[in-house]
Amino acid sequence: MRPVAVVGVGKTPFGAFPDRDLRSLAVAAGEKCLANANVTPDRIEAFYLGNFAGPSFVGQNHLAPYISTALGIQGVPSTRFEDACASSGSAFFHAVSAVSAGLYDLVLVAGVEKMTSQPTPRVSEILASAGDTSGEIKAGSTFASLFAMIARRHMYQYGTTREQLSAVAVKNHANGALNPDAHLRKVITLEQAMNAKPIAEPLNLYDCSLISDGAAAVLIAPADRASEFTTKPIRVRGIAQASDSFALDEKEDITTFPAVRRASEKAYKMAGVGPRDIQFAELHDCFTIAEIIAMEDLGFVERGQGGPYTQAGCTALKGDRPINTSGGLKSKGHPVGATGVAQICDLVTQMRGEAGERQIPRHALGLAQNLGGSGATCVVTILSEQ
Amino acid sequence: MMTGTVYTETVVHSAPEAFVSDVPYQTAIVTLDEGGRVTGRILGERVGIDDRVVLVETRNGVPFFKKA
Repeated sequence: MRPVAVVGVGKTPFGAFPDRDLRSLAVAAGEKCLANANVTPDRIEAFYLGNFAGPSFVGQNHLAPYISTALGIQGVPSTRFEDACASSGSAFFHAVSAVSAGLYDLVLVAGVEKMTSQPTPRVSEILASAGDTSGEIKAGSTFASLFAMIARRHMYQYGTTREQLSAVAVKNHANGALNPDAHLRKVITLEQAMNAKPIAEPLNLYDCSLISDGAAAVLIAPADRASEFTTKPIRVRGIAQASDSFALDEKEDITTFPAVRRASEKAYKMAGVGPRDIQFAELHDCFTIAEIIAMEDLGFVERGQGGPYTQAGCTALKGDRPINTSGGLKSKGHPVGATGVAQICDLVTQMRGEAGERQIPRHALGLAQNLGGSGATCVVTILSEQ
Repeated sequence: MMTGTVYTETVVHSAPEAFVSDVPYQTAIVTLDEGGRVTGRILGERVGIDDRVVLVETRNGVPFFKKA
């Protein structure tokens, strides 16, 4: 297996863009990425796309060639991956695997979602289709309510508090306010975060990620060719995807995501590092409780310690181990199918020292964790400077 | 009579299209005495973790419980 590097990145801003359609967003991110690596589209050997629900949100299927041909990529394999919120993490994992195996050299991986053209109740329904529609969803569950039930249980088992959940939101909004491409660039206070309107108790509006439009793309190549495209290649040191039980009521313990544990164990092993070596991370904070549990499952902290660790400021921009310096899904935005690749872009931006006001000093080894559904899919990626 | 214990619960305020007229409503994962867990709805008084519940009825495959 050959080592692989990220040699180009490109993202659209995340937000609500009524005048932009799904294809134009994906094409904009793809063009930015190709320009970033100074590569013309005719050199791309395969196109991997992550998208969760284009058919439901905008009525378009067969999305990969719909986008790649518009980018000027012709005649090569072009495929869409769907793993709920981990769709583009999954596309990235499979693209890296193919380049690593020697199938291709230059591969473009993109993720896109166009969500804001639908009213919120319809968006909730489309998102809920990533849950078990024969059980939990039929009973009236939404994704917020599934994570609310996880939060309730985590509070019961570990004493996690309402304040600790809000501390995640306050921290991620502080970071997102410094990110020019973030959807909601707004600093919030702990009081605002704790007293927002309820969505699914104990979660309120500020515990939930945003409904966003946006796209992201990365270009990958064998590490030994990386210098052809960039002076700042970033190496994929470890990557793994794992799965787990589908519905929450099938799990023995809903306060942990075994798919995160499995994927991270494999990724750490591949990278030859452990959780203590990770200097910063982009974690899947679809809801505040998800960031807390992710830190526990990744081994950053002991089980039940994610809340206190956040409350102590350890994950803030100036903390020991900054988490979601981009603002996370909470403030940067969560165009579902774009999120996994956007996390890779955000790590690369920090590692190249291009993160502007939110730049952190220690950024040699970073981790991205992309979660699908209520935990049935997870992709963990570990990147390092060359 | 099917009985069980509340494993976790939530009260939903923001619902998908199909359930907008029901809000606010409570859902729970119930550990059944006979084994296994199910996700269902709670009728009447709100319940919390470890509360005992009893099955009232099943509508369209969805179990509806109430506090025992």
